[in-house]
Amino acid sequence: MANIMVRKDAAGAYSFYLPKRDLEDAIVSMEFDSADKWGGEIRLNNGGAYYIEPQALPGRFPISLRARRLDAPE
Amino acid sequence: MSELTREETEALIQEVLEVYPEKARKDRAKHLAVNDQSVEQSKKCITSNRKSLPGVMTVRGCAYAGSKGVVWGPIKDMIHISHGPVGCGQYSRAGRRNYYVGTTGVDTFGTMNFTSDFQEKDIVFGGDKKLAKLIAEIEQLFPLHKGISVQSECPIGLIGDDIEAVAKKGAKEMNKPIVPVRCEGFRGVSQSLGHHIANDSIRDWVLDKRDGQPFEATPYDVSIIGDYNIGGDAWSSRILLEEMGLRVVSQWSGDGTLAEIEKTPKVKLNLLHCYRSMNYISRHMEEKYGIPWLEYNFFGPTKIAESLRAIAAHFDDTIKEGAERVIAKYQPMMEAVIAKYKPRLQGKTVMLYVGGLRPRHVIGAYEDLGMKVIGTGYEFAHNDDYDRTIKEMGNATLLYDDATGFELEEFIKRIKPDLVGSGIKEKYVFQKMGIPLRQMHSWDYSGPYHGYDGFAIFARDMDMAISNPCWSKQTPPWKKLPEAAETSELKKVA
Repeated sequence: MANIMVRKDAAGAYSFYLPKRDLEDAIVSMEFDSADKWGGEIRLNNGGAYYIEPQALPGRFPISLRARRLDAPE
Repeated sequence: MSELTREETEALIQEVLEVYPEKARKDRAKHLAVNDQSVEQSKKCITSNRKSLPGVMTVRGCAYAGSKGVVWGPIKDMIHISHGPVGCGQYSRAGRRNYYVGTTGVDTFGTMNFTSDFQEKDIVFGGDKKLAKLIAEIEQLFPLHKGISVQSECPIGLIGDDIEAVAKKGAKEMNKPIVPVRCEGFRGVSQSLGHHIANDSIRDWVLDKRDGQPFEATPYDVSIIGDYNIGGDAWSSRILLEEMGLRVVSQWSGDGTLAEIEKTPKVKLNLLHCYRSMNYISRHMEEKYGIPWLEYNFFGPTKIAESLRAIAAHFDDTIKEGAERVIAKYQPMMEAVIAKYKPRLQGKTVMLYVGGLRPRHVIGAYEDLGMKVIGTGYEFAHNDDYDRTIKEMGNATLLYDDATGFELEEFIKRIKPDLVGSGIKEKYVFQKMGIPLRQMHSWDYSGPYHGYDGFAIFARDMDMAISNPCWSKQTPPWKKLPEAAETSELKKVA
C-alpha cells in the first residue's frame, strides 16, 4: 500500500502524485468516477496502475489516499 | 564552437563513457542524454535521483545539507543546532549567503554555528544529556531566539538518540518550539531527501501552530516559497510583488522568521520558486488549507513578465493592472540593459551544472542576453524536474544528471562553451582550462539575480566573466607562433 495524493489540475483532469517517489503523472483512466462511487483501478500516463478502494466522491481535491500498486513500470 | 548535431552529441556521450568499466558505463549511460523536446516524459530518456556510483567524483550533498543548509538554516530568528560532530556545521557555516536583516547574536542567528560538538564519550554514552544542556544554555545566552531546531548529523541516527523526547521536554520548560529534525546525512542519495525531511518536520511541528487564531487577512495575501535570499534574491522578488499590489506575508525561508512560517496557512496563494526543495510543503498546504500554489520564474525580463501575469491571473483586475504597470515600469530599464550587454554576449554559449531550480530557470535569462544554453544538468533532481527542463532546452543539447567530475570535464573540453555556470568545486578546474566560470550557487559573491534589478546585475556579471581580457592571455608569449610575434615586433620598430 502506498500513500498517494490525487489532485485536479488546472484543466480539471485528475493527476496523481506519489510523495515517496516524487512521481507526478496524469491519470488517464479511472474505473469509477461518479458521485457515489469513485476510485477503483486507475491507470497512469506512464503505464502504471493503482487501485483505490471505491468510495464516495471526495468533497475536495487534492486528497491523500491509500492505494495499492497493481502494476508499475519502475 | 558551433553547436553539435544530435549524432555528434550522442557520439560524444559514448566517447566519454568509454573509459568506465562495463557495469559503471551501463549505469552512467542512463544519466546522460541528448535533449529531445518531443519526449513527454523525462524518464524515457534520463534517469535521476539514484545513488551515485562508488568511485566516481560526485558533487552532491547530504540530507543534513538539504535540511540545515537549505530549508531550515535561513530562518533567521531560530537557532539551528548542528547536533553531532563539529565539522558538519562549521564547514558549511554562512557559505550560502542567505542575507537577512537583524542583529546577529541578539535576535537573529543566521551566520552563527551552534553545535553539540560530539566527542567519543557522547557516541559511547549517548548525546541526549548534552543536547538538553545545550538547549538550556542557548535559552540563557540568547533569550531573544524564537525557537530551536535540532538538525541531526549522521551519528545521531547511528547511536539511536531520542532527540524527540529531549526536544519535547525542553520546549515545555522554555515555552518555545523545539523541532527535532531527523536529517542524518546518510539518508537518501543526495540533499534532496533532506529537503523533504525538513518540509515534513515543518509540517508536523510548526505549520499548524496558529490554526484558528485571528489574522487580519487581505484578499491579496501571498507567500514566497523556495526563495533563499541568496545575495538578496528574495528582496528583489518581493518588491515586484508588492509593487503590483500583493501583500507578502511570508518568505520561505530566506530572511524568514518563525512567525512568518506559522502564518503561511492564512495566505491566498503560495508562490513557489524552488520547486525541488519546497513543493512538498506546498502540496501539503494545498490539501489541508486549500491554498493553490504556482511555480514562477524571476530570472530575466521575459520570464518575469510571464510569471507576473500568471500570478496576477489568480487575482482580480487591480492586481492584473498592477502587473502590467510593473512590467511597463521596468521595460525601459530592461531595454537599456539588453542594449548594453546583448551586443557583447550575442551568440555565446553556456553550459550549466547546478542544483535545484537553476538548470532550467536561468535559461530564459541567458536567452534574453542572446546567449544559448547548450548543456544543463542537475546534481539532485528528480524526474519531475527533467519533465520541466526538456521543454526549456533546445533540441540536441546535452543533459547530464549527477555528472561526475570526469564527465563534466570531458564534455566541457569537447564542447568548449564560452561560459560555464557551476559551483566553487568546478570553478578553478575550468578557469585553468581557459573557460570562464560563474558560480551559480552563490552568484559568485554577487547578486541578487532575481527580479528586474537582479537581471541588470546578472547581465553585468556574465559580461564581466566572458569579456575579461585575461582569457586572451592564456598562451604565454614564448609559446605563441613565432611569425605572429615577429610581425608585431617589426611593427613596433617601424
